[in-house]
Amino acid sequence: MLKNSSGFGRSGHLADKIFPRLTMVFALLIVVLLAGILIVLNIDAFPAIRKFWLSFLVSTSWDPVKEQFGALPAIYGTLLSSLLALVIAVPVSLGAAIFLSELSPRWLKGPASLLIELLAAIPSVIIGLWGLFVLVPVVRNPIESWLGSKLGFLPFFQGPPFGVGFLAAGIILAIMIIPIITALSRDALSAVPNQQREAMLALGATRWETIRRTVLPYCRSGLIGAMILGLGRALGETMAVTMVIGNGYKLTASLFSPGTTIASKIAAEFAEADSQLFIASLVELALVLFAVTLVVNVIARLLVWRLTAVKEARE
Amino acid sequence: MADTGYGRRKLINRTMLSLCAIAAGLSIIVLALILGYTLVQGISSLDIDFLMQAAKPMGEAGGGMRDEIFGTLILVTLGTLISLPVGLMAGIFVAEFAGPRIATAVQFSADILAGVPSIVVGVFAYAVLVRPMHSYSALSAGVALAVIMIPIVARTAEESLRLVPNFQREAALALGITRWRAIIGVIIPGALTGIVTGVMLGVARIAGETAPLIFTALGSQFGVQGLLKPIGALPLQIYRYAMSPDPDWHKQAWAAAFLLMLLVLGISILVRVVSRRRSI
Repeated sequence: MLKNSSGFGRSGHLADKIFPRLTMVFALLIVVLLAGILIVLNIDAFPAIRKFWLSFLVSTSWDPVKEQFGALPAIYGTLLSSLLALVIAVPVSLGAAIFLSELSPRWLKGPASLLIELLAAIPSVIIGLWGLFVLVPVVRNPIESWLGSKLGFLPFFQGPPFGVGFLAAGIILAIMIIPIITALSRDALSAVPNQQREAMLALGATRWETIRRTVLPYCRSGLIGAMILGLGRALGETMAVTMVIGNGYKLTASLFSPGTTIASKIAAEFAEADSQLFIASLVELALVLFAVTLVVNVIARLLVWRLTAVKEARE
Repeated sequence: MADTGYGRRKLINRTMLSLCAIAAGLSIIVLALILGYTLVQGISSLDIDFLMQAAKPMGEAGGGMRDEIFGTLILVTLGTLISLPVGLMAGIFVAEFAGPRIATAVQFSADILAGVPSIVVGVFAYAVLVRPMHSYSALSAGVALAVIMIPIVARTAEESLRLVPNFQREAALALGITRWRAIIGVIIPGALTGIVTGVMLGVARIAGETAPLIFTALGSQFGVQGLLKPIGALPLQIYRYAMSPDPDWHKQAWAAAFLLMLLVLGISILVRVVSRRRSI
């Protein structure tokens, strides 16, 4: 009786051997899944890799009829829209993070953080819907017409104001990565020990000088990690961008021009792709995107992890 | 800095601090704009037909998203059922059994997997399920969503298991029960709030995912026909309808967006109220 109710006996010991292994199998499944994605994409992209080799990355034509596929405009569009997003999002996020961590009264901290995090939870397709019907008309007029008339001598602001295009995509992406960069930067800022601030204030520095010269340098790697994670998110973002970027396929410096990102190209054409080479080319695009985000995310994680390791060691 | 006047330093201080406050305000205003517009458009477009009727062809007035609502529920359930055991077991392994090295490897893989763009996950699901089975299917979409949800469940499960105090483990083992019984009977119940939180965050995340569904679920004009056939979903229909030229469809897209927003933000707020933890 006692044996059964307490779980002793052979079966219990056997289960104690099996259970850890079973959990290990599932844990390793995550590692296998990551490797599996890489392998499967390589296999499926192989026809395109073999046919185009390096010209895939530098060619600008995308012609399903003649079966000529080059990814350069998509790669360019991905980088351009993501960098634009970073340029807009980094100052805003950093400011918001400084406010949340250094300035905000205690009662406001929780609600303000919650609201900014809710922004991160809104599905991408809804932000895209809002972008398409609310943001794009505003971008066309007044933003683009104003930029075109005042700064039209710059190559970035030339061409007719379409509304849809790189600028709209950059703004939408900025909206989507601001909450991510803000939350991670705030964590980095609040990991800075208070003695650092107190020492600087005791020397007679103003609060801004304290932030600028002590707090920000102290957690620099965490802040950079937050930005790079934001970049990784922007590079792979699909739906919102697909809906506002306008599906143009050319290399141009103009931010008003409709463009394409790797992700939006796949989203727009994958379901309709008919020939094997067409599909393989789209899979190769996915592979390029995977590789780029992998590198970006690994760098960002290492930076963020180093910071949290320092924090934990101190605690 | 000795020659810088105190007044000027004070001015810079005040300017920069105000800019920071404005930046925080700006992010919240953007949220309010998106929420407000979706709310207004959504409520004015939402009616009983939208919930009870199937989609109509373009140009025909009326119709709704009954099948897509049902489809989203099925896909989210499928994704959760697949990712829950994998994520939970992986979390248990890392928190309870793994050595430091292998634990780091699994955690790192989970973090990287969470960073893989969802469209790439969709291509992966297409390659391993849709093509071999020669059909778009609810199953392939569920698997794609599960791949996105697994790292979320795994990391939150692991973190909340680690928060269970060691004396509870010791007390359980001291009673003479075996280790796996201690985990199932004592440690998991102790971490249950955290685990449920993780699952809910995952559900909120995958309910709105669109990119991986485009070429796995595909969408369906014939309602829900089983797991091995194409299936419609709310986010997918929002995308299709938004990109169409039909104003009737635009209204329906807003109604669907409202419904989806209600679901996703409702879960997110609930999670934070229950556990005061963050999703990022």
